[in-house]
Amino acid sequence: MALLEVRDLKVEFRRRGEEPVRAVDGVSFDVQPGQTVGLVGESGCGKSVTALTIMGLLPKRGPHVSGSARFDATELLSLSDRQMRDRRGRDLGMVFQDPLSSLNPVVPIGLQVTEVLERHRGMSRRQATVEAADLLDKVGIPDPRRRLDEYPHQLSGGMRQRALIAIALACRPRLLIADEPTTALDVTIQAQILALLANLVRDTETALIMITHDLGVVAGLCDEVNVLYAGRVVERAKRHDLFAIPRHPYTHGLLSSIPRLDAPRGDRLSPITGSVADNIPWTTGCAFAPRCPNALDVCVEVTPEMTDDVGVPDNRSLRCHNPVERAKRDGEALV
Amino acid sequence: MTARTDKIDKLAQHTARSDAGVSLAAAAWRRLRRNPVFLLGAAIVVAFVVLALLAPLLAPHDPAEPMLGDQVVRARNEIPPSQPGHPLGGDQVGRDLLSRLLVGAQQTLLVGVLATLIGLAGGLVLGTLAGALSGWVDTVVMRVVDVMLSIPGLLLAVSIGSLFAQPNQYTVILAVAIVQIPVFARLLRGSMLAQRHSDHVLAARALGVRERAIVFRHMLPNSLGPVIVQATLVLAIAIIEAAGLSFLGLGNPDDRLPEWGQMLGQAQNVIDSHPELAFWPAGCIVVVALGFTLVGESLREALDPKSRR
Amino acid sequence: MLRYTVRRLLQLVLVVVALSLLLFAWLRSLPGGPVSALLGERATPALRAQLTAELGLDQPIFVQYFKFLGRALSGDFGVSTGVQPGDSAMEIFLQRFPATLELSVLAILIAVAVGIPLGYLAARRRGGVLDNLSVVGSLIGVAVPVFFLAFVLKQVFAVELGWFPTTGRQEGGLDATRVTGFFVLDGLITREWDAAWDAVKHLILPAIALSSIPFSVIFRITRASVLDVLDEDFVRTAESKGLTTPVIRRRHVLRNAMLPVVTTIGLQTGALLAGAVLTEKVFAFPGIGQALAIGFERRDYPVLLLLILCAAGVFVLVNLAVDLSYAVIDPRIRSGSGGGR
Repeated sequence: MALLEVRDLKVEFRRRGEEPVRAVDGVSFDVQPGQTVGLVGESGCGKSVTALTIMGLLPKRGPHVSGSARFDATELLSLSDRQMRDRRGRDLGMVFQDPLSSLNPVVPIGLQVTEVLERHRGMSRRQATVEAADLLDKVGIPDPRRRLDEYPHQLSGGMRQRALIAIALACRPRLLIADEPTTALDVTIQAQILALLANLVRDTETALIMITHDLGVVAGLCDEVNVLYAGRVVERAKRHDLFAIPRHPYTHGLLSSIPRLDAPRGDRLSPITGSVADNIPWTTGCAFAPRCPNALDVCVEVTPEMTDDVGVPDNRSLRCHNPVERAKRDGEALV
Repeated sequence: MTARTDKIDKLAQHTARSDAGVSLAAAAWRRLRRNPVFLLGAAIVVAFVVLALLAPLLAPHDPAEPMLGDQVVRARNEIPPSQPGHPLGGDQVGRDLLSRLLVGAQQTLLVGVLATLIGLAGGLVLGTLAGALSGWVDTVVMRVVDVMLSIPGLLLAVSIGSLFAQPNQYTVILAVAIVQIPVFARLLRGSMLAQRHSDHVLAARALGVRERAIVFRHMLPNSLGPVIVQATLVLAIAIIEAAGLSFLGLGNPDDRLPEWGQMLGQAQNVIDSHPELAFWPAGCIVVVALGFTLVGESLREALDPKSRR
Repeated sequence: MLRYTVRRLLQLVLVVVALSLLLFAWLRSLPGGPVSALLGERATPALRAQLTAELGLDQPIFVQYFKFLGRALSGDFGVSTGVQPGDSAMEIFLQRFPATLELSVLAILIAVAVGIPLGYLAARRRGGVLDNLSVVGSLIGVAVPVFFLAFVLKQVFAVELGWFPTTGRQEGGLDATRVTGFFVLDGLITREWDAAWDAVKHLILPAIALSSIPFSVIFRITRASVLDVLDEDFVRTAESKGLTTPVIRRRHVLRNAMLPVVTTIGLQTGALLAGAVLTEKVFAFPGIGQALAIGFERRDYPVLLLLILCAAGVFVLVNLAVDLSYAVIDPRIRSGSGGGR
């Protein structure tokens, strides 16, 4: 049984006097225990809102949520605020994008780690302090005892993200959600943080949802990948399959727009034209149709459903009327 | 053109977010139009300005003529009550109160606007100098500003007012205005300094744009938002401080053309027996000051990028 | 931290020096010149000549300035001509300062005790009835001239209802023992409870009038600051840890939201004397503010000079205290790296 089952999740933001905005429009995916799953897409595709919804961190007023998110057979969306509070930090951990703004500037690092231990593991301040130093050591922060008394501004960007990871993993949650955890960091630090995450989730058998716009991150880390477009999953595949044979024209476009060092001289990058703002609503057809090189008349008349992909041998799903043909990609596999 | 592209165009137009590509000012205006606080404040301000401009036409009597003087009995502390032709009665020397309030609107507007403009002009010059030149000019200007700011506003205004042997309306305006100069200067310098290190100024400098053009075309215009907000609030502050000056006996002694603060200040002598003489001008001041404050605060909120969530 | 304190103290000295220059210039520019300013318009020519020589007004201007500075440093600001004629300005100050201090402390306490919790609640329930009512209330609080509010309070609660005394600091008939000059404190020390209570009753109405503007400003800054902090990423992080609401409020929201509020409290405390001039005049409360009001009416420049200098001094000192407390609250300033927010 899956650790997390998300089914037909919809999140709509309504503001008085404005058209409601549907940020998540029927997302479904599973996460198995210990598995690392990627949610990939451009900004605005609904990946972060999906994560915040699972964590119960959406603002109280404004969003309208429907669908289901079952964690360990418990429906998260129907839990009370108090029940959700008991799970957050204990069963579900989250790491955010900007490590500087995500740490409280006027509270020492140590307290920011110990407070979660005191809350969920019933430790005394003294026990928690010992454990916190141990945690900081595990995430690769040198001289952890001294760091406990320091403030976030005294740490480097990479160290701050390590501290946030230590906080999120402090109570050994079964699911960790990482929302663009490396976007705000230098490239060299990015690799270190990704390696750290990969090792930690493997050692502790924590399931990980990796939210990113960066296919490079996915390539290095994820077992399974969900590609999101305009609030829906458009393609789901095992990592190797996705990179070898991208079937959805959007996935194909994402992969083609990555610069490659080994590409022949004179080869041009092929970016996806337009932007997410050029959507049409899913109810009237395929949201990607306006930007899609493969679009047919049917694409703006019939909404494509998520179906098992019969065009390729492996177990994968696709939401497309006219996927990229396998033959077209032969000989230019990317990974 | 296929049917497909047509349909996409139509759908795209339909679903395009309506605020895409709208400038900051236009977006602020869109928010303001829907803000009841702003609308209330703007209604008060507009009504006040219209009344003030039309006051000489609307006032039923000469505000300086004590036509009800025979009804004033000093010994018994009597003033003319409400009567036909004089709905609010008369003041302590028998002049028509309604006419004085109406003409008072004009004088109050004059005090508020002139004091704000002088304060704004002085603050713009000092703030631009400090913000643009930095170095020792900045240091000297800012020290002077700090010293002026260290004296509580009304106290500074009164000190300045006391420099004039014969106070009149313009010394009152000047005293109130000078107090506001350091406020504007500080505000402008602060936001210009923030601009100095912003990317668009660095970009302009990298392109070789002359320093003067950078200051006047890039830094200054982008720093004006908070200054305009402050000016709106100062309109209210100036009217209230002018009243304070009058209350302390440093107002304009010539009351042929009344001003609300002056009326309120003069009413203090008869306030125990005839509080209505204070209530009318005080009420007017409160409503108008509230109007300007509502406009200023909602402007501030609308111009704040953070409030666009 | 030490270096920071020293630097701030040096800045303070600079401000005071500049202030003395400004006040010197002010005194010299008063109508009729400094002799009239110090002696009043009706002084005899002989007295004028004597003072002119005494003040060294025939000497170069910078010599005059240093003499002025020297006298000021030794506490000699001259003799009152209007407020309490014959008393030295310093005497008047020392006698009246405790009264205004009592009044100001109570006013700021009221403003803080009401403004901060109300600001926090309004931000938590943004757009709710409480929020809208208190925002409108705070805007009206700024729009009402302080002396008019003071007058209305006096008419309603003292004259009409008779709950509070109309004027003064304490009933003369109580014959209270004086120890510190702070009447409430004196009453407590000497266990003259009726005297202490009477002094408190005299303080309440003026303190409420005086607190109207600081309350409005502190309320609005608290509200805005809490709204800002509630939107910060670290509050979301705290929520993601499943912390309880009281911990999140206290440790994560309020601690950060208090930074701008502390500054505001300092600024408002420093500016309180302007309101005190008006309030004390309405309630005939014998403090610094009343002395200033009378001083301006009767052009009593020795007293004015000292009291304005003190007003500015208090302002600067309060702000120094604020800056230092800021460094205690905000570790980023304490360690000197990274600017303020």
